[in-house]
Amino acid sequence: MRVRLLDIAHARSGDKGDTANICVIALREEWYAVIARYLTADAAAGHMAPLIRGGVERFELPNVWALNFLLHGALDGGGTRSLRIDAQGKVLSTALLRLVIDVPDAEALALALPPFTGA
Amino acid sequence: MTDRVVRVAGASGMWGDDLDAPRRLVEGGPVDYLMLDYLAEVTMSVLQRQKSRDPSAGWARDVVGAIESVLPAIAAGRVKFLANAGGVNPEACGAAVLALLDKAGVRASVPVALVSGDDLLPELDALVAAGHALAHMESGEPLASVRDRVVAANAYLGSAPLTEALRLGARIVLTGRCHDAALAVAPFRHEFGWRDEDYDALAAGTIAGHIIECGAQSSGGNCLADWAAIPDLANIGYPIVEMSAAGDFVVTKHPGTGGRVSRQTVTEQLVYEIGDPRAYLTADVASDFTSVHLADGGDDRVRVSGARGRAPSGKLKVSIAYRDGFKAISSLVYGWPDAAAKARAADAIVRARLDRLGLRFETIHTEIIGAGAVHGALAGRDAGRDAPEVQLRIGVRDANKAAVERFTREIAPLVLNGPPSVTGYFGARAKVEEILGFWPALIDATAVRPRVELIS
Repeated sequence: MRVRLLDIAHARSGDKGDTANICVIALREEWYAVIARYLTADAAAGHMAPLIRGGVERFELPNVWALNFLLHGALDGGGTRSLRIDAQGKVLSTALLRLVIDVPDAEALALALPPFTGA
Repeated sequence: MTDRVVRVAGASGMWGDDLDAPRRLVEGGPVDYLMLDYLAEVTMSVLQRQKSRDPSAGWARDVVGAIESVLPAIAAGRVKFLANAGGVNPEACGAAVLALLDKAGVRASVPVALVSGDDLLPELDALVAAGHALAHMESGEPLASVRDRVVAANAYLGSAPLTEALRLGARIVLTGRCHDAALAVAPFRHEFGWRDEDYDALAAGTIAGHIIECGAQSSGGNCLADWAAIPDLANIGYPIVEMSAAGDFVVTKHPGTGGRVSRQTVTEQLVYEIGDPRAYLTADVASDFTSVHLADGGDDRVRVSGARGRAPSGKLKVSIAYRDGFKAISSLVYGWPDAAAKARAADAIVRARLDRLGLRFETIHTEIIGAGAVHGALAGRDAGRDAPEVQLRIGVRDANKAAVERFTREIAPLVLNGPPSVTGYFGARAKVEEILGFWPALIDATAVRPRVELIS
């Protein structure tokens, strides 16, 4: 089953120099494990590739059902240098939530994950 | 163990935040301390630029109005006030606050403390000569590559000097650069007597401070989860921490205010602008954000418990600003039909004309707002296809100021000699802005000497 992150998680993003941080938080406790399994650093890096130049690090906070991503080289040089309207990466969070992941049907049904039917 | 709690409220999350928040916090219910954060990374550069034009500037002027709005409560000893409004000029900030107290006739009864020593610029060469490399934290480059362009260097102080200011009896504490959370940790240390090596308690204080340092961003503001159902943002309650001596605390807001304090609003802020959650480093402590347990009572009260911390690294973060060329950004609006196509055509025309002029830039960057600007290619190929209007936004960056200035003259002519259905050109001639680059570094904590001074 295809599942869009926006439908199972919320998120916030901000800046530290030229690095953006995005936290992705499961909307339900039981959905955290799915997000942690499928939203790897590589998956996030691949999805965000059009917007960033550097690598992606991932950290786990299972206590608050969250993953923290650091996106290096994500802000065109950072808040003061950047020519972007989103110089501080405030809306990179929802860019990441556009990602659609594939979850085996049985697992998706067992967790009542909402299916994504869009393109 | 006492049941006593100390209430610290986050009354400002940035320079430019709601001017009315401090007064509403003080009048809306019990609060013992107000902490006001004014200093984002970007803000320090803005303040430095202001100080270079006016030696009496370089601090967050909003703080004067904030103090004035709650001065009766401060003068009556009901609430104390801590703010990092000193920016890159704490002395001028202190003078302005004293002038306010004089005007109100309460200078004698309201002790004001200034915490400084974060400014490393005067001794920068001596520090480098003594072996403090101040290499760029991400790239590892030595400071020497930008040393002649450095205009500011500020260490992130910890909570100790702020705690000392409170011990000296200050009711208003004004600081330069310190860790944002230190503005909350200091009141807790002062009230509960936490020692330097009480790492779990210091971590709890740091995490509490982190949760409220961005003001209403933890009480329903800028919260993506369920955003449209969060009630009455017009009357949003700013966040309050009720801290216990043991380090367990509750995040809440005043009754009758809008917004929401929930697991979701608190978690979005907890994991905001951090790196490794197991080691959130400040001068005080290495806090483990993965150690805390959140319990949402469903009544705008979230209990946070179990915070763990370890000894600090012995290094302080230093934020260095250096002159790094110039930039300018111009914009125009194109209307339906084919709004995005017209904007793209205009962009190509500008670039061709800049080429013809022989102008080259380190970077030229175009965004078409309304057609996939902030999410780029992720917004899909059809983004903005039938948009009623889009905004064309072109920016350039270069070391050559004259070239950047020439660029700003190339936008307005498009109104007459470019694609049709164009508007929004008042102010199309952009200002050329000098870039202050941000250079994060580390320094041995022992090389930095915080100063605490009662000035009233």
